[in-house]
Amino acid sequence: MTVTQAEKTEERIQTSSKLLIILSKGTLDMVYPAFMIATTGATMGKDVHMFFTFWGMNSISRKTVGSLKVASVGNPGLPMPNILGMIPGMTALTTSMMKGKIEKAKMPSIPDMVKMAKDLGVKLHACSTTMDVMGVSKDDLVPEVDDIVGAATMLELGEGGQIIFI
Amino acid sequence: MSTPQRKVIDSRGSFCPGPITDLFKAYRASNIGDILELWATDPAAKSDVTAWARKSRNEILEITDENGYIRLVVKIINKR
Repeated sequence: MTVTQAEKTEERIQTSSKLLIILSKGTLDMVYPAFMIATTGATMGKDVHMFFTFWGMNSISRKTVGSLKVASVGNPGLPMPNILGMIPGMTALTTSMMKGKIEKAKMPSIPDMVKMAKDLGVKLHACSTTMDVMGVSKDDLVPEVDDIVGAATMLELGEGGQIIFI
Repeated sequence: MSTPQRKVIDSRGSFCPGPITDLFKAYRASNIGDILELWATDPAAKSDVTAWARKSRNEILEITDENGYIRLVVKIINKR
């Protein structure tokens, strides 16, 4: 008996029920996709884990979660010559441009995305090494964070599932 | 056993992941037999809701293009 495409898809849906997103960047253009994929994964019934490392930590730190920016330097996707990105105030300008577009699309803010992810059952894990390197303490993290773990735990959480590195 | 309800979820103007999270929130509050009607302007809602229904094992009754938005009707036949 031949296996049809539909059966293959069905089998894949059955087996891939885990999703691990490793977020290492802290700019809006990186953090939004990470949370969009995480929240959507949760609605699809996936067991979703997010591991925050290096600048990704900014999206779960109290001080920075509400003020993430878009980089104006080294971002060739912006509608202007890259060298202009070095002018003081450019980061603020590109950030406010992006925030305007995000608001227009009725997308939630990052702090709201964190709350939504938590509400949908996404597990948020902070990287212990990053906390040490960056001098972040447990009290600096938003209350939605589940725990502080290392790379071994993270790899175990993602084993056998889909892994996305951002 | 409560009588099946019909609920309209208006996600017009909101983009991915808005419609699917709005639908999911209504799904969480729903009972077996309920009908959820999602209104969306995001063109991705068609394929996203179809994928969601397949994954969550619920039934799509209707997907229609209305004037300026898409109407997706899902019957809740499976709850986890």
